[in-house]
Amino acid sequence: MLDHTPKECIERKSLVINPAKTCQPLGATYAALGIHRCLPHSHGSQGCQMYFRSHLNRHFREPVEAATSSFTEGAAVFGGGSNLKAALKNIFAIYEPDIVAISTTCLSETIGEDIPTYILQAQVPEGKYVIHANTPSYQGSHITGFSNMTKGMVKYLSAAGGKSNGKINVLPGFVNPGDMREIKRILRSMKADYIMFPDTSGVLDAPLTGEYHIFPEGGTKIKDIIDSGNSLGTLALGHFASTDSAQELKKKCKVPYQALTTPIGITATDDFLMAIAEFSGQPVSAELEEERGQVIDIMADLHQHYYGKEVALFGDPDMLTGLTQFLLELGMKPKYILTGTPGDLFEKEVNQMLSQAGTQAKVKSAGDLFTLHQWIKQDPVDLIIGNTYGKYIARAEDIPLVRFGFPIMDRGVHSYMPVVGYKGAMRLIEMISNTLLDRVDRDTADEDMELIM
Amino acid sequence: MTDKIKKMQDTVNGIMSKYPASAFKGRKGHVIVVDHSEAPQEMVADTRTVPGIITERGCTYAGCKGVVVGPLKDTVAITHGPIGCGYYSWLTRRNRGRTEKPEDHNFLAYCFSTDMQETDIVFGGEKKLQKAISEVVEIFHPKSIMICATCPVGLIGDDINAVAAWAEKEYGVQTIAFSCEGYKGVSQSAGHHIANNGLFKHVIGTGNALKGEYSLNILGEYNIGGDGWEIERILKTIGYTIMSVMSGDGTVEQLKSAHKADLNLVQCHRSINYVAEMLREKYGTDWIKVNFLGIENTIQALRDIAKYFGEQSLIDRTEAVIAAELAEIEPEMEKYREMCKGKTACLFVGGSRANHFQGLYSEIGIETVLAGFEFAHRDDYEGREVIPFIKANADNKNIENLVITPDPKHYRLLLSKDKYKELSQEMSLNYFKGLIKIMNDGNIVVDDINHYEMEQFMKILNPDIFASGIKEKYVIHKMGKLSKQLHSYDYSGPFAGFKGAVIFARDIAMGLTTPAWSLIKPKWKQDTHLEGSYVYVEEVI
Repeated sequence: MLDHTPKECIERKSLVINPAKTCQPLGATYAALGIHRCLPHSHGSQGCQMYFRSHLNRHFREPVEAATSSFTEGAAVFGGGSNLKAALKNIFAIYEPDIVAISTTCLSETIGEDIPTYILQAQVPEGKYVIHANTPSYQGSHITGFSNMTKGMVKYLSAAGGKSNGKINVLPGFVNPGDMREIKRILRSMKADYIMFPDTSGVLDAPLTGEYHIFPEGGTKIKDIIDSGNSLGTLALGHFASTDSAQELKKKCKVPYQALTTPIGITATDDFLMAIAEFSGQPVSAELEEERGQVIDIMADLHQHYYGKEVALFGDPDMLTGLTQFLLELGMKPKYILTGTPGDLFEKEVNQMLSQAGTQAKVKSAGDLFTLHQWIKQDPVDLIIGNTYGKYIARAEDIPLVRFGFPIMDRGVHSYMPVVGYKGAMRLIEMISNTLLDRVDRDTADEDMELIM
Repeated sequence: MTDKIKKMQDTVNGIMSKYPASAFKGRKGHVIVVDHSEAPQEMVADTRTVPGIITERGCTYAGCKGVVVGPLKDTVAITHGPIGCGYYSWLTRRNRGRTEKPEDHNFLAYCFSTDMQETDIVFGGEKKLQKAISEVVEIFHPKSIMICATCPVGLIGDDINAVAAWAEKEYGVQTIAFSCEGYKGVSQSAGHHIANNGLFKHVIGTGNALKGEYSLNILGEYNIGGDGWEIERILKTIGYTIMSVMSGDGTVEQLKSAHKADLNLVQCHRSINYVAEMLREKYGTDWIKVNFLGIENTIQALRDIAKYFGEQSLIDRTEAVIAAELAEIEPEMEKYREMCKGKTACLFVGGSRANHFQGLYSEIGIETVLAGFEFAHRDDYEGREVIPFIKANADNKNIENLVITPDPKHYRLLLSKDKYKELSQEMSLNYFKGLIKIMNDGNIVVDDINHYEMEQFMKILNPDIFASGIKEKYVIHKMGKLSKQLHSYDYSGPFAGFKGAVIFARDIAMGLTTPAWSLIKPKWKQDTHLEGSYVYVEEVI
């Protein structure tokens, strides 16, 4: 497995091997699916949309419907305006969405397509919406694309009506529907009135009832995104996926915001609850305080299973920042922390966390899994935490893997289950400690087998 | 026209009537009701997808890098472009490959990309590509490098052929550039052609490996789920030598001597027929259209191959292997046949598989009521006899047609003219009959099906299975029906050959009978139970 990966690192400036990121429009497509009755549309070659859909299908095991401008060479040379206008006409006639969210591709960005003008020229039925985000694949990553599309929602839809709605906006970032459900449960438990967008719960975890609907029940309603301009404040979860949109909302509608770490683990969840409490004026609910106590109970009871273990973690920046904090709370040692998404802020933030905890690690943004594998070859770890692609390194080096983040394409159910909040913390402890203990049970001598651990 | 056909035609017209005028024009002729009394029926295929339609098609890059070039395990295939294309085509097609010796190259688990950034788009990406190649050479010491272009590369004018020439000169490593930008064609199909051309121009015919007895190339076999390995096992048991496989578990090294084989077998006609034809034109090698999916099809293929060589000992060995393999699988097949018989299926896959799998379905008692391809051409529907009548258009003219002349040194014909004529009557020798001829009257053939049409046909035909790809799979499941992925085999397989047929039958039987389907409606929503269960709860309390 990965036999051609040498231990010695040779500096690479141009070649990416085994990426830990993908391109912007995938994230934009995911964000767009979090609007109720939205059809995402990719302005580029049809292969792009095919790749986004199938990749999202594999992670969520759910239908992902999205259209494309189906560029051919003529459109690439002369511009895709007529393709987009024809596409919008067909989309509204055939699929009848309430809103179409257009993302661009490296093709349409390279030829400099003017999407807002095309939208103005298109026939959009009365009462329907078309929004767009520029998502060039040659900048940032899928997380940047998610952020840009969320920002597009604010730019096109959010409006200040002059009267407060008494609600809190929550931008959840690029997390699973299971996480989005958990965030909403926390808000309800806190008796906070909220608007969360995007919200893919009920879209990418819709039930099987025998009746298919291209637009399932879930997703943030357009009227709520519009109303987000009247909220008390915005909680932006995850700097890479959400802060830009919160800033845009502040700029456009003067809604103040707090940028928070994705609420993974104790501290980040505590901060999230306190921020909700601050905006809503409601105290932290007894229900959540009880859950918190349960997690601490578990941490005290099980620490011997994971304390001091060295971990290599990789994935998307906001998720990793939250996870690093939590691993430190567990007394584990994050040793390598790598994201494919570029951005110095990631390294700064994570290094700050590490130094506050009196430790250090190799931290890298704009990295790839080849680098991570080489680090592990030079100095191994006890555990890898990351997405499905990590299993090749895990097998090559015989190190256990906990699947976390995006994409997870070789296991099911994960997208329904939270990693955020106290419930998510419990689940992460269960996954981490069980994985480590399974390894102990596998490797231990017969005479050392423990019934009770 | 029978009543059944007429009724179905009216239904199809009804589906089409929802389209706006221009979309209707774009979809007209892509859907036909099979009526053999009207033969030959013409399909519209390999034309542009209507923008805005939720198509299941991919792009030229996907056809070139994803399908044909990607499975070659001993080459470093560098995707020149932003990260997405290389990332999405990394390990996702299940084309398996293994090496015999530890020093052999197998780069299948690796993804190589130049990850172009904005500055590369603005100032050109050639330097970055050169540097990436230098890094590949320094780290991996490959014997072969391939460069696959993505959309922006052609637009900004990066000369990837010049970079390939530079790399060959600089490092002495064969480097081949494929200008397979996503927008080059109307589907993956253009990418297949570009890949075929590249491999034929630069690789095939350059090697000098010794030819074994009864030597074959297996073309258009991508070893999804290990299909190729199962086919090879059977062929080797009979006594054939496999010179090369294009391209599942294949190597550039083997491809170099592919021109020396006695006969070419074509599994996936759409993706590889260009190489098969070019080998025939240049080296005189015949090809047979085979289908190793389905028991009867496999038997037919094995008998055709033996008959081509015409040696009695080979024919006897073939029959012995068929008998032994059949005896092994028959009891288990019967079990699954009992579980599946009487069901109906729709097949919408690729450019050949909707044809290939029909025999396998019918062998477990399932009739195919709708079939179609994502990126096929008219010949895949109507048979190769239609090729001279296919009109050139702006899109298909875009792809180079190599001019091939016989190779003075290596051109050889194995069959006499009379023998060739005789065998042409008995098997698909240098010929493919297409999809329509194997379908029953009143069944539907759809080219480039889209989400809307699929949903409509599910309602109208109400099949028990819709076999397709991942993009369609979960839609079908939401309808409470089984979907089987026939691109990735739902991570199972092999489905080819005799043993593969059993695995396929098992998977279908399992999918049809899994208890989940019967649990969709909760008891409280089944009218007859509502009152009873309420009373029961009351009593417990």
